[in-house]
Amino acid sequence: MTKKILHAVVVGFACWMSQTAWAQFRVEVSGVGLTQLPIAVTSFRGDDVAPQKMAAIVLADLERSGQFRGVEQASAVMDETMRPDFSAARQKGADSLVAGSISRLVDGRFDVRMRLWDVVRGQDLGGQSFAVQSDDLRLVAHRLADFVYEKLTGDKGVFSTRIAYITKGSKNYNLWVADADGENAQSALNSPEPIISPAWAPNGAQLAYVSFESRKPVIFVHDVASGKRKLVANFKGSNSAPAWSSDGKSLAVTLSRDGISQLYLMDATGGEPKRLLQSNSIDTEPSFTADGKTLYFVSDRGGSPQIYRMPVTGGGPERVTFSGSYNISPSPSPDGKWLAYISLVNGAFKLHVMDLATSNVSAITETVADEKPSFSPNSRLIIYATQQKGKEALMTTTLDGRVKARLAGQNGDIREPDWGPVQR
Amino acid sequence: MRKIVLMISVSVLLAACGSAVKLDSVPVEDKAGSAVVPAGGTAPSTGVGQGGVVSVDLGKANQDSVMQSANRLVYFDYDSFVIRPEFQSVIDAHGRFIKANKTRKVAIEGHTDERGGREYNLALGQKRAEAVRRALSLQGVDESQIEAVSFGKEKPAVMGSSEAVMEKNRRAEIVYR
Repeated sequence: MTKKILHAVVVGFACWMSQTAWAQFRVEVSGVGLTQLPIAVTSFRGDDVAPQKMAAIVLADLERSGQFRGVEQASAVMDETMRPDFSAARQKGADSLVAGSISRLVDGRFDVRMRLWDVVRGQDLGGQSFAVQSDDLRLVAHRLADFVYEKLTGDKGVFSTRIAYITKGSKNYNLWVADADGENAQSALNSPEPIISPAWAPNGAQLAYVSFESRKPVIFVHDVASGKRKLVANFKGSNSAPAWSSDGKSLAVTLSRDGISQLYLMDATGGEPKRLLQSNSIDTEPSFTADGKTLYFVSDRGGSPQIYRMPVTGGGPERVTFSGSYNISPSPSPDGKWLAYISLVNGAFKLHVMDLATSNVSAITETVADEKPSFSPNSRLIIYATQQKGKEALMTTTLDGRVKARLAGQNGDIREPDWGPVQR
Repeated sequence: MRKIVLMISVSVLLAACGSAVKLDSVPVEDKAGSAVVPAGGTAPSTGVGQGGVVSVDLGKANQDSVMQSANRLVYFDYDSFVIRPEFQSVIDAHGRFIKANKTRKVAIEGHTDERGGREYNLALGQKRAEAVRRALSLQGVDESQIEAVSFGKEKPAVMGSSEAVMEKNRRAEIVYR
């Protein structure tokens, strides 16, 4: 028994050591998942002199998913052409092994190659190769991680997706587009006034958001690649909470044009909105399910803010949350099985996940100022904003709350994340 | 030399022709129809006659100086949109001014304290702005002159988390645009 514990401690220590060795991560992963596949991701031949440490990025991606645990390997240099010493790898506790190389081509691009091995069966599970400019190396590493993840879990990888989020500086606000690990952030919008509620279009090319630049909240649709943006909702009063329909053609929005915040549906290119519901209460935070059939939203028609859902084709709303007096920010998972939301419990705003089949609810964080959950496109992770040590931070978590990662932060408080779709 | 003398005399002449009335002179009264009496002059009896030039200043800061002594802020209790009796006079004063100045546009900006979600707080702030808008509307202010908008928790008046600070952030502001 003690031998097992000792083994676990040694493996745990080795994992910790292998993480701190790549100190340039600013992704801090903590927690242990129920079933984590042990994998050895060996340094790529050429990593030490390459602009990006490919193996480190791949390993960080896999560990952030919560479904993998990195296993230290012998320091001998390996690449994708060498058959690994499987028994040595098995002895270290790895079930799979990744090896690769990165080398500079004559034309200045980088040649990246990788192979995945099943250590237990001693089998070659396939490989990938890319020739890219230096700027695209991180994306290549994410694609390699997607390949490994998909081969070994059967789930779709989300490592080469993008996230959007907002930072507040002392004098301005920025809307950022970054890789799913928080790195490689580029500012899509810089404004002296607040920006809130960024929402990726299903095509991953546009963001809808609320801007206060004209001293009232209005909704823009913004093409990320070109910077071109269109003011789509500037009706009398406040315009906010844009949510894309699954076909990308419409936006559900909250408008106060009729005297109170209510839900409307409008064309994503602008035009006359159609009222979705009539109530004398606040209706806001619409969120479509991925199959396009159901709209979740927040309403205080019952006296306090709760989450409801209604069929998109029409029909009465049905209340979804019954526990607690303040439930907001619904985010249904793309696979239709879960609902993430924020619930006020004993003065703390806490991320909750509901199993929609059973209505079972779990609180999955220890923090007390959680906001704005958003599911990953494969429904396996949730990104959310919270506060740690008084500073705002973005976190990802597995649905059971066991494995969490804090994402690389920009300067300034960081909030309002939205996870973009898979684009392949 | 003659050219310089000519230039100097032209400048002096032009200076003399300049308006003697400064742009920040006495503002227009808020009661429609009554002219401002130039200091030392007599009020024109029928509009005919030599009387001075009445200065109409469109400068916002100047017109708002009339309202500066009147507060622009209405504060609210936690989770409430009810206008407390002590703020009715604030609303009344602005109501009178807006009705008397039919070209002015006014925004009622609703705010919340920092607790809670951003979008829900946007809607709460909206309810506060709407409450003030309705109160002005009841006074007879034209709907086309007022717009109720919300900033939710995005623009606190005071930073901090104490109860005293949060009280100062739960507000509606009357802003002349």
